[in-house]
Amino acid sequence: MKVLLNHPLREVEVKGPRRVREVLQELNLLPESVLVVRGDDLVTEDELLKDEDRIEIRPVISGG
Amino acid sequence: MRCRKCKGKAVLDVPRHHTAFCKACLTEFVCAQVERAISEERMFTKADRVLVAVSGGKDSLSLLDILGKLGYQADAFYVDLGIGEYSRQSKAKVERYTSARGISLHVHELKEDEGAGINDLADLVHRPTCSVCGTLKRYHFNRTAVEKGYSVLATGHNLDDEAARLLGNVLHWQTEYLEKQGPTLPDSVEGFAKKVKPLYRLAEREIAAYAVVNKIDYIVEECPNAQGAKMLLYKDILNRLESESPGTKQAFYWGFLTRQKTDEQARPSMAEHDRAVLRPCVTCGQPTTSEICSYCKLMARAQKNGPTPVGS
Repeated sequence: MKVLLNHPLREVEVKGPRRVREVLQELNLLPESVLVVRGDDLVTEDELLKDEDRIEIRPVISGG
Repeated sequence: MRCRKCKGKAVLDVPRHHTAFCKACLTEFVCAQVERAISEERMFTKADRVLVAVSGGKDSLSLLDILGKLGYQADAFYVDLGIGEYSRQSKAKVERYTSARGISLHVHELKEDEGAGINDLADLVHRPTCSVCGTLKRYHFNRTAVEKGYSVLATGHNLDDEAARLLGNVLHWQTEYLEKQGPTLPDSVEGFAKKVKPLYRLAEREIAAYAVVNKIDYIVEECPNAQGAKMLLYKDILNRLESESPGTKQAFYWGFLTRQKTDEQARPSMAEHDRAVLRPCVTCGQPTTSEICSYCKLMARAQKNGPTPVGS
């Protein structure tokens, strides 16, 4: 699947099918620090992502 | 994952409350937490005119959105820091959001009024950009709220912001800052606006989810000056703790607030303390603890060091 990451903006490929929590683990990201968006929708950690999916991992932490 | 309230499809899990919400129940939860913060901390009522300091980010635009949903009279104030493309984009998002909803927007342009953007000003006064930014924003937030007749100024600081700031203050034993870390600061003296943080009960991730679910177009990009900021490090550390032990951030910050309230009974109130130490700045008239306020000192230094005249 295609995974869009921010800060800096880049795209990486992750093999599916995989649960959201497994994708985050593979990319070494804390679930508390990000949201996962597929299309217009947020998806939870237990969601199964297919190989043909395209997701955005959006950071939620700002410098304040 | 199912929504704990209505059993619909969940869009966000909230481990600190052992729950998960669908889109509608998430919005309801967020609005209820803000309403609770406003009422418990006596921030303002529906009769008050509230000025919301907006940056174009998820927190401040969501706050404006939530206050509108809850029926409060909220207008927006944006400080254009002149940080190239980042400021252009964030200002455009604020303008789009407010004009689409008929919300009054006040804008302060640093380049026009101070004669230089934030990066140039920081260079001129040889101080870290984030520190100069804090001084300028605090000054203009207060001044604009008072001059334009708003009873209260609201900022989008959330639970993560406050917990991270508390961690920083405790790590360095900056006890003088701890007193000002509550979600409501009083309008103790003439020229001081009441300041409130209605998002202090909500985690940054919950607010970001609210913004996505409610289709708020905010700037995802981080301020280029925030790279390597200590706040980001403290937030990361707290999120590591939160992942291992959900509820850590709220236990830390809310626990601090509970202790602060208990201590208040034993010492003079913040308003009494402010009245004893604050006086008008001899240059601009804004309340300050010294003869000249931090903003006027900063601008005087910038003028002295500047190659071209810097506005005041």
